[in-house]
Amino acid sequence: MADLSTNFLGIKSPNPFWLASAPPTDKAYNVERAFEAGWGGVVWKTLGEAGPPVVNVNGPRYGAIWGPDRRLLGLNNIELITDRDLEINLREIAEVKKRWPDRAMIVSIMVPCEEASWKAILPRVEDTGADGIELNFGCPHGMSERGMGAAVGQVPEYIQMVAEWCKQYCRLPVIVKLTPNITDVRYPARAAKAGGADAVSLINTISSIVSVDLDSFAPMPTIDGKGSHGGYCGPAVKPIALNMVAEIARDPETRGLPISGIGGVQTWRDAAEFIALGCGTVQVCTAAMTYGFKIVEEMTQGLSDWMDEKGYATIADFQGRAVPNVTDWQYLNLNYITKARIDQDLCIKCGRCHIACEDTSHQAITSMVDGVRHFEVMDDECVGCNLCVNVCPVDDCITMVEMTEGSDPRTGRPIDPDYANWTTHPNNPMAKQAAE
Amino acid sequence: MRGVLMTLSETSDVKANRLSSADYADNFSDIHPPLTPHEALVEADRCYFCYDAPCMTACPTSIDIPMFIRKIQAANPVGSAKTIFEENIMGGMCARVCPTETLCEEACVREIAEGKPVKIGLLQRYATDTFMEREQPHPFARAASTGKKVAVIGAGPAGLSCAHRLASLGHDVVVYEAREKAGGLNEYGIASYKTTNDFAQDEVDFILQIGGISIENGKALGRDVTLDQLTADFDAVFLGLGLPGVNALGLEGEDAAGVVDAVDFIGVLRQAEDLSQLEIGRRVVVIGGGMTAIDAAMQSKLLGAEDVTVVYRRGQEYMNASLYEQELAQTHGVVIRHWLMPSSLNVSGGVLTGITLEKTELDTGGKLVGTGELVTLDADQVFKAIGQTPDAGPLAGGSIELEKGRIRVGDGRRTSHPKVWAGGDCIAGGEDLTVVSVEDGKTAAESIHKALMA
Repeated sequence: MADLSTNFLGIKSPNPFWLASAPPTDKAYNVERAFEAGWGGVVWKTLGEAGPPVVNVNGPRYGAIWGPDRRLLGLNNIELITDRDLEINLREIAEVKKRWPDRAMIVSIMVPCEEASWKAILPRVEDTGADGIELNFGCPHGMSERGMGAAVGQVPEYIQMVAEWCKQYCRLPVIVKLTPNITDVRYPARAAKAGGADAVSLINTISSIVSVDLDSFAPMPTIDGKGSHGGYCGPAVKPIALNMVAEIARDPETRGLPISGIGGVQTWRDAAEFIALGCGTVQVCTAAMTYGFKIVEEMTQGLSDWMDEKGYATIADFQGRAVPNVTDWQYLNLNYITKARIDQDLCIKCGRCHIACEDTSHQAITSMVDGVRHFEVMDDECVGCNLCVNVCPVDDCITMVEMTEGSDPRTGRPIDPDYANWTTHPNNPMAKQAAE
Repeated sequence: MRGVLMTLSETSDVKANRLSSADYADNFSDIHPPLTPHEALVEADRCYFCYDAPCMTACPTSIDIPMFIRKIQAANPVGSAKTIFEENIMGGMCARVCPTETLCEEACVREIAEGKPVKIGLLQRYATDTFMEREQPHPFARAASTGKKVAVIGAGPAGLSCAHRLASLGHDVVVYEAREKAGGLNEYGIASYKTTNDFAQDEVDFILQIGGISIENGKALGRDVTLDQLTADFDAVFLGLGLPGVNALGLEGEDAAGVVDAVDFIGVLRQAEDLSQLEIGRRVVVIGGGMTAIDAAMQSKLLGAEDVTVVYRRGQEYMNASLYEQELAQTHGVVIRHWLMPSSLNVSGGVLTGITLEKTELDTGGKLVGTGELVTLDADQVFKAIGQTPDAGPLAGGSIELEKGRIRVGDGRRTSHPKVWAGGDCIAGGEDLTVVSVEDGKTAAESIHKALMA
């Protein structure tokens, strides 16, 4: 049995599956249920300043996109940080942590971008016995209009400044939660590191309008005829999250900075991918909000089964294994030649590969051969783009096969077994000339 | 007392009211309930939107199936129905009666891939039903009037399809129909549970909405109108005569009480206002192997017959009824027996008591022969479903070439007469399918249009 336990910034948890700061972690009742279900840790829903708490809308807070069988693919929310009194939250955090000492208890915080505000709340949080704090620099809606959340996360200088205050006024490990609503995620990550943050977590939700009601002509969710952009999450955002995680993991300036991965984790496999890109833990929200807390069983067991199958004893054994394989386009091997191959026994003759290639790509797949409906790749036209593989509805029917000898029928050039990339390509005006 | 008064005829048990009214309602409700909107969305998502889709090629009317399914998926069922109606104005009925398992769904790539084709028939029904339920305006506008007049004989699927296409092309159409109602087999010849709630008449009304079509009911060719007169009065004539006759067994006692034409039985049932008033035998034997035989057998069972047996003179592989329909009948308790042909009707006092059948086989030359071995089945009713026949009477002596009594047609469903086209079951080589008749009518209309506008 693989050991799923993690040690993230010295914070131990029995497995890498944490619940992200969100509605599922807003109060003791939910968090207790999560721990009973087996979650390794939680990031308590974001606390604001002492005093009257924020208020939420009383109309709908969520919008979504679905697959045809109402499978939820993307979720959008306009809920704010906790709307419960700070004192109640702090008391419950302390009580729950006491009852569940082996679980990670991180507290998310968002207060105005003023030193006094941070200085005031940090000791209170520390007193609960929590294991760490997460700085919410990510929420793209509501709070950002008040100069908090994403409004801070979009300005690297602010990130650094607040991180410094937190390190100064608090002994707990500091995780900076990053917003994806920026152009290059490496800059906020570098700022977090420069401010002394112990880790980053990402991504927070993406600014979004999920749909427009074509009768009322208002965005969904609609509150009395109006709508506001929300934060998008769920399976649809995972590819964006993976890329941002990879950018930070391989950036020379932030390499080695611990990362807690967030964004569309639905199954053990998603988690394994985030961990392979360097994450030490993953945070989950939408999957739990869709199916309830029980899904963590599938996640922990699936990860454990896969690790057993692959011979990984601990999370560390495969953590970051994919990072060295993420590179810039210019370093991809241009001498690597592949051609699509259609397995005629598996082909059901839907013709999607043909029409995709014919209409939109390289005219490299037949539709009719000798008067018979037949789909076959013409190697002399195939550029190896993989579109046919992606549109084929049959598993493994079309595969990309590497050419290792002879010549490429498309270009007529002999297959070159040596690696060569764009940086040295003759068509590249910036090509580095080999030394004479 | 019973012993004293009993006559042989009283051994026959044919009566009405075999079931409770709830059972009648249940048995004759929609046999394949329509998809709910959510089910339709899920099913539509299974369609791969194939290139040059095999389902479309397999459809006799060439409906753009991937496109209509995609429109369902895109929450546009009304637009989906328009796509269907463009090629098949009877898309609603065809969705109910087409043997899809041997047409579009057999060709579906998911049938090949996993033995579970996209439920094209049910999706087509979802789209067309939604269109009808939402009481949409007629989806087609008529072209400017051409001033041409066309006569259509027969308001069945072929005739109505032809009339609709002609009307949309700007011609004026008069349809002559021998029976009281339009619809042909849709109205008189299809099992009730396949087309509930008077759908056939709703569809006729929908088709007529285009305008320019008038139907003259109770006007039969040869009796009330003649082909000579029509070809003189109209610019063109389309014959969609169907198959008004039925084959006889050629056995003694065929006129006995209890020996019934299955087509008549089905027609009476379709027109019945109160099913409980329909008499049905306790033991029913149906002779034949086509859809009519299966429909008659199924409905006998549903009317409360205890034992229903279909007997067919050849093996199952020769039966015209689709395998799907056969199995449906069997799951409803109908017994299907093969390699049996009628030998004699057992009649007593003018009333049927049973039927004796002879076992059959193929001889070495492949010819069907009796083996001499006899089987007798007690029966209160025997339904004859051994094929329908054309009635060439009204065409006799004319210039319309026939082939085994059916009308010979060429390209565009043109007959040998320059002003006459034909389609549906009455033409040689017809497939006796509603959808094929619709295609015949449509093709003929296009050909007539071309000829008239030349």
